[in-house]
Amino acid sequence: MKVLVAVKRVIDYNVKIRVKADHSDVDLTNVKMAMNPFCEIAVEEAVRLKERGVATEVVAVTIGPKAAQEQLRTALALGADRAIHVETEERVESLAAAKLLAKVVEEEQPGLVILGKQAIDTDNNQTGQMLAALAGLPQGTFASEVVVEGDKLQVTREIDGGLQTVSLSLPAIVTTDLRLNEPRYAKLPDIMKAKKKPLDVKSPADLGVEVTSKLTLLKVESPAERKGGIKVGSVDELVDKLKNEAKVI
Amino acid sequence: MSILVLAEHHDGQLAGATAHVVAAAKAIGGDIDVLVAGENVGAVAEAAAKLDGVSKVRVADNAVYAHQLAEPMGALLAELADGYSHVLAAATTTGKNVLPRVAALKDVSQLSEIVEVVDADTFKRPIYAGNAIATVQSADSLKVITVRSTGFDAVGEGNSAAIESVDTVVENRQSAFVKQELAQSDRPELAAAKVVISGGRGMGSGENFKLLDGIADKLGAAIGASRAAVDAGFVPNDMQVGQTGKIVAPELYIAVGISGAIQHLAGMKDSKVIVAINKDEEAPIFQVADYGLVGDLFEILPELESKL
Repeated sequence: MKVLVAVKRVIDYNVKIRVKADHSDVDLTNVKMAMNPFCEIAVEEAVRLKERGVATEVVAVTIGPKAAQEQLRTALALGADRAIHVETEERVESLAAAKLLAKVVEEEQPGLVILGKQAIDTDNNQTGQMLAALAGLPQGTFASEVVVEGDKLQVTREIDGGLQTVSLSLPAIVTTDLRLNEPRYAKLPDIMKAKKKPLDVKSPADLGVEVTSKLTLLKVESPAERKGGIKVGSVDELVDKLKNEAKVI
Repeated sequence: MSILVLAEHHDGQLAGATAHVVAAAKAIGGDIDVLVAGENVGAVAEAAAKLDGVSKVRVADNAVYAHQLAEPMGALLAELADGYSHVLAAATTTGKNVLPRVAALKDVSQLSEIVEVVDADTFKRPIYAGNAIATVQSADSLKVITVRSTGFDAVGEGNSAAIESVDTVVENRQSAFVKQELAQSDRPELAAAKVVISGGRGMGSGENFKLLDGIADKLGAAIGASRAAVDAGFVPNDMQVGQTGKIVAPELYIAVGISGAIQHLAGMKDSKVIVAINKDEEAPIFQVADYGLVGDLFEILPELESKL
């Protein structure tokens, strides 16, 4: 079974973001970028499926600017066999990303597609579900366990308050939650080898998809600053403040 | 304008999140219909009809909608969406699972987790884990939106809206429910709790998290943890509050032995009142805390428990 895994280049999750002075967006100049953490989990799951003999080939795909090839090379170093880069400098919203991925799915015919549940930049949590709808496939979102059983896929999902298990027909779309696995680190020899693995570059036009959106980003602001409060001197004072001043207990 | 709100329900009961979504719909303005889809959901529909501002409740009661699987729910909503200007759902795991399918089937974008309605086309939503707030305008004829409950005060329950049934039945051969295991805790869920008490690396061990139990019991609190505590193996991943864990905004958040990394702050800084207990008075958590108490948590926690 071929597994397609989608990855996104985002700001590193440890970086404190800054809003641009003109409030047009977040400032990404000279900021450390990395693979979205949920996408790392997606790559890890695909590679583990291959190590278990369930997957025969792992194909990594990304949509984004030239520099996003770094994240594809990371996926290749972690164990993906080849990569596809849909190159565009445009801002790609979830719906357009899902349309592009649906075309890649049509061309590649994977048995399983794994994506992160959300990217930590726009926090949309949409692309996997949209891809599933466009490709006419079932979805197992927020997965904490994925088991292939013949032509079915059992996905355990993290839902509010607990876990839900669903059985899906294959091919299917899975989006990863935090507990699915702990991603490995790439080893130096694998990073070297990854440089020689095949990486195809396509444009949205090659796939016949227009990257447009009816959403306009009007403004980006910093959230209201939380101002530090006071230090209390004792537990008694804390309990008193919570009861009588904040009135929350 | 007319708005369709997807009701959130579990175990035959309307979930509280729905009243917050109806509040967001009221802020947009227009007629508000609520869709209750599931199996044996009569009681849910009756509860939804009481919500202020609702014109009518539409009920799709069929086995295919049991457990609200994404595939049939997406197809149902896509069919019912025609004629509405907005489709809204709570940004819960159900809403997040279903709504993007609806948007894709209708070839429109989705706005996720809005926290404010500017006007009927324009909304504010947090990005970068709440470290920035984006104002986004949609030119789509149908707006598909998930609503973060903490952004809108719930509507009241003085209404008696009409209830009508929807006979649309879709097929689903792609997915099937297998089982559900809901946490058997007497404690509230992290994301919905009014009070959250979280421990960090300063707790020292998983065993020491028991020190939080008594306080959580007395306050009816959920127990969370920082990523550092999870990474140290003290507690499981599902307790993690932070950018890559759960985002919480309770009335009261108590951070114990948590230094206050950006990662963690992103998950809790919208809490109404924050208390920090830490031995390091320079810890960044104190910069966001309303009440800080510097000291040894192993002395403070038992004392706090006894005085609540």
